[in-house]
Amino acid sequence: MIQYRNNPSAIRSLVRDGDVHRDVYLSPELFDLEMERLWRHAWVYVGHDSQIPLPGDYYTTEIARQPLMMIRAPDGGVRVLYNRCAHKGAKIVSANSGNCPGVLRCPYHGWTYRLDGTLRTVPLKGGYAGTGFAESPAARGLTPVGAVAVHRGFVFARLSPSGGGFSDYFGDSLSSIDNMADRSPVGRLEVVGGTLRYMHNCNWKMFVENLNDTMHPMVAHESSAGTARDLWKNQPPDAPKPMVIEQFLPFVSNYDFFDKMGVKIYENGHSYTGVNFSIHSKYSSMPEYEAQMDAAYGAERARAILGEIRHNTVYYPSLTVKGAIQTIRVARPIAADRTLIESSTLRLVGAPDSLLERSVMYNRIINSPTSVVGHDDLHCYRAIQEGLAAEGNEWVSLHRNFSSPDEAGGIAGSYNGTSEISVRGQFRAWLAAMAQDDGAAR
Amino acid sequence: MSAIAEDIELTAFVYAEARLIDEKRFEEWYELFADEGRYWMPLTHGQQNGRTENSLFFEDKLLLKVRIARLRNPHAYSQANPSWCQHVLQVPSIEDRGADTGVAVTRTAFMYLESQQDHQEVYAGVVWHHLKRAGRHLSILLKKVELLNCEAALPSLQLFP
Repeated sequence: MIQYRNNPSAIRSLVRDGDVHRDVYLSPELFDLEMERLWRHAWVYVGHDSQIPLPGDYYTTEIARQPLMMIRAPDGGVRVLYNRCAHKGAKIVSANSGNCPGVLRCPYHGWTYRLDGTLRTVPLKGGYAGTGFAESPAARGLTPVGAVAVHRGFVFARLSPSGGGFSDYFGDSLSSIDNMADRSPVGRLEVVGGTLRYMHNCNWKMFVENLNDTMHPMVAHESSAGTARDLWKNQPPDAPKPMVIEQFLPFVSNYDFFDKMGVKIYENGHSYTGVNFSIHSKYSSMPEYEAQMDAAYGAERARAILGEIRHNTVYYPSLTVKGAIQTIRVARPIAADRTLIESSTLRLVGAPDSLLERSVMYNRIINSPTSVVGHDDLHCYRAIQEGLAAEGNEWVSLHRNFSSPDEAGGIAGSYNGTSEISVRGQFRAWLAAMAQDDGAAR
Repeated sequence: MSAIAEDIELTAFVYAEARLIDEKRFEEWYELFADEGRYWMPLTHGQQNGRTENSLFFEDKLLLKVRIARLRNPHAYSQANPSWCQHVLQVPSIEDRGADTGVAVTRTAFMYLESQQDHQEVYAGVVWHHLKRAGRHLSILLKKVELLNCEAALPSLQLFP
């Protein structure tokens, strides 16, 4: 049933000041429109340039159901191309990552392309003379995405050729990526090890919203973090905490803690929690690393970098970043009720391995398909996906700390940490992208 | 002890270890691990390091204890419908009786099924046991589970392959 495609006012009626209609999570038609209108026009995270250090290195992924490859060109630049042979459409590269020295070659008929995607050779070229081939799309080679931007190694693409610029889209929210990179004494990050790939049988927005939902940890994670707290409670207060205890304990901090943590809102759906402090603030110090940072940046600047201890930053709609612990989580929507979450660990280049060990442990105990924290989160998302079918109430409440006059204009600014304003901000961005006619010039 | 008797003992240990998990006798399972024991499930084929690279499991005894206590916690919401599991083991091969090192090594191909409500997942792979011998007593220094599809996008995996 086509209910929304040509009906922007029906889409507008889904998002109200303080609540949203359940269809935004349930409707396959809205999911299709999200891919076309929101994800295709947004700046979406592709990968990190440390994954393709050498010319010809490539990394494949999908954004909005589009097969893509990120590839290092001979000039050192990063290209993002549609992974589709110009001839019959086969994916040019099928491995998750690899290297094509000098040339990309289709595995089917051997058409070859330069690393910038332009067509290089076609076998028995004479057969194409006078056929109209030269003027056809096939002769143009591999299609590049609409636009690419690289910020501190983070590669973003906008699939659509038209749309807003990268800096305007993210604005000052890029400070979270900057802070993560600045935590390296040489200012560089490197993706290390494998990607944790956790299949979520829920809508992608449930995951993205949860990143700055500070009202759930003390409830949903009572069984995991609360258990760690209980196992540790008979230890003297000054006993050195094992890393795993240090990482679990703050999840069951009280409401006051999460409220005072604060949330910062940017336009276009971006936000971060942990304006004042975060669940990572009490990690034990690492003197060797801090001395390296002092030497690299000077004591004052080093304190400023390490004193910025944010919780989660959402780069709407695809990327979520934890700068203080150097992990990222990427949402790859597959269907209205299916989302792949990919989590990576980043190494602070030049820093001691003890920091990497801390990041690796955090990523595993929180973001792995085996995570006792993740199990309870996903259980709740799935419970929503199924519970929303219930009749009698078609609305999902986002009222917490809504203030009608204040939010009428822009909502950028700092707020108490338990406000649901980050979710309201995401739906503002959602609606701006979604409430369009297909006939409009997009 | 004769080599044959040793092999029988090691094999019996591997079977008993899996059975404790399948019967959800997790506290008894926990006691099989040496104090410095590890339960490791690498994320990538050929992964060498669990400390500095992501793994699916890389648990010391403290983390195992948290996991087991959580499974007994009534607020473990993801276990509202409990998960059940079954190991199906091939005959373990004795890779090293540990005559010189005091650490015996076995290799066992397995299938592992985990079910919850209407869903059942099938996993397969090879499990390596590094078993420390003190007299007649064996304890787990390392249980390393090499999953066939470790690099795949996985759903929640809630018990212990």
